[in-house]
Amino acid sequence: MFRSFKLRPNQLILAIILMLAGAAGVYYFSNNDIKFGTTDFTSLGILFSGLVLYAGILVIIGMFENETVLSISLLLPSIVAIAIFVYGFIGWSVRVSLSQWQGLRPDYTWAGLTQYYDLFHNDPRFVIDVRNTAVFTVGFIVGCLVIGLGLAILLDQKLKGEALFRGIFLFPMSISFIASGVVWAWLMNPAMGDRLTGLNMIFHILHLDPLINLWFTNPQPWGMVFTVIPAVWQLSGFTMALYLGGIRSISDDLREAARVDGASEFEIYRYIILPMLQPVTLSAVIILGHMSLKIFDLIVALGKQDIRLDVPGIYMWTTTFAANNYAQGAAIGVLMLVSVAILVVPYLVQNMRTETEI
Amino acid sequence: MNRRIATKILFYLILIAAAIVFLLPVYLMVLTGFKPFNEVDLKTMWSLPTTGLHIENFIAGYKQLAPNLNNSLMMVIPEALLSSLLGSINGYLLSKWKFRGSNLLFTLILFGMFIPYQSILIPLVKFMQFLKLYGDLPGLILVHIIYGIPITTLIFRNYYSGIGTEILEAGRIDGASLFGIYRYIMFPLSAPSFAVVIIWQFTQAWNEFLFAAVLTNQSHWPVTVALNNLAYSQLVQWNVLMAATLLAALPTLLVYLFLGRYFLRGLMAGALKG
Repeated sequence: MFRSFKLRPNQLILAIILMLAGAAGVYYFSNNDIKFGTTDFTSLGILFSGLVLYAGILVIIGMFENETVLSISLLLPSIVAIAIFVYGFIGWSVRVSLSQWQGLRPDYTWAGLTQYYDLFHNDPRFVIDVRNTAVFTVGFIVGCLVIGLGLAILLDQKLKGEALFRGIFLFPMSISFIASGVVWAWLMNPAMGDRLTGLNMIFHILHLDPLINLWFTNPQPWGMVFTVIPAVWQLSGFTMALYLGGIRSISDDLREAARVDGASEFEIYRYIILPMLQPVTLSAVIILGHMSLKIFDLIVALGKQDIRLDVPGIYMWTTTFAANNYAQGAAIGVLMLVSVAILVVPYLVQNMRTETEI
Repeated sequence: MNRRIATKILFYLILIAAAIVFLLPVYLMVLTGFKPFNEVDLKTMWSLPTTGLHIENFIAGYKQLAPNLNNSLMMVIPEALLSSLLGSINGYLLSKWKFRGSNLLFTLILFGMFIPYQSILIPLVKFMQFLKLYGDLPGLILVHIIYGIPITTLIFRNYYSGIGTEILEAGRIDGASLFGIYRYIMFPLSAPSFAVVIIWQFTQAWNEFLFAAVLTNQSHWPVTVALNNLAYSQLVQWNVLMAATLLAALPTLLVYLFLGRYFLRGLMAGALKG
């Protein structure tokens, strides 16, 4: 396993110092409660000392000149973190969802699939959530793809000021869903008559009165459709950037050849560029789809927890931390994970396979 | 020829109309922010201020959010620096020192980027309580660093994959070790990638809401949680709310404005290899 071992005295001394310091740190922090102000540094101290100790071990592993072992050892802290915080916690959540845990005290009494059964059969709120997520997901993906592709094609026409337009379409991506939800809640103010305001007011001023509407206070499921608007505002620029990147990577020779053959600009897009953009569309659908299946903060800020605009992410949050129904919260979380996994896992596996071949 | 000019004009008109719609929310925030109290009314929401520019709303908004802006800053800076360092090492190893199963390992790490955090939230809260990191900023920083490992590793791995292996082999012939190649060859080359990851992590952590709302107590709320709370309260005037929203969004907006190139690259990395 180890082809050679080179003892380097100064590295050995360094390793011993690191290991001793790390071990002393772990010992010290586990026996004392360290506080600065109100902040408790005990666990962070243990974590940091542990990493120092591990660094000492790494120096020794380095002397064995086996790069594979060294590489894995260097990755180990991240691997452990992901193993615990992603996979371990998912397993733990699944276990909670199969329990009877209600209230602040953990209760792991086995309840089987009761929570899942109840969500689908006896829970009108969850049915609303699933419908809302479906409406939001379809509207969001279609909106982003259509507007994104449209803007990308317009920007591909070698117009002046392209960079400026690109910047304007992309900037909403840098704003938080919370901030955007707060502003859009005011823009889409449903007040009527004398209290007309926001976008409705603009429609009125522009004599577009038929467009004045109740926004997301419309009867469901139409109210949910309007939550798509801020989401598309934030991410259609991103979709545009993806498409523009795809269009620009198609060689000009191909277009030139088509022009020589007498194809119109429209035909070039229809028969050459659009078919070649299919992989981009797939990526965009995966990215946008996984975002919309777990949409949460935008709706929190926009709908102020109006039950008509409820989504699984909000239901999980309130049932767990407001109603202390941990088992149900865990079940909703697991179902959200399953929906995202169905979308993402095939894509990740595909990505891995193509890379391994190369 | 005339037809071509006509279509060009049409394209411009569509683009300009789209740009106006995209800028509308920001226009509203800025406009309202500069109005004096007595001019703020839902009826005159879109009118320009008539008595010059006032900044009272921004001052009132800042008073509401100052401690939270500070919390966000205290959280985001160490988070962005540490997670970029971690991502750089991971990306280097997973692109240049591949071993059997390293692609599978990378894919398993990557999956962590897509999960809805509701699916790990209950264990996370219990675990942070156990570690006594619940309620405070260091715990939130740790959580952001750990859940940032997938995206930071991805960005650095893609970047290092683009650096040819010749330079590595040259380093090996000169006797450089795995550490040495990173320290003397790869690390000095990675400045652009560090910019991308630091900006990306900064923006993500600044804008994040779920972890912040669940893992911190009121005195340590980052700005997103405080802003949401402000929006829910009936006591705050909406003009102050608009000004506060602009203040909360300003840091990431400025980053985008001045460092948009790097921000865009982080965005694209999220789309894997596209």
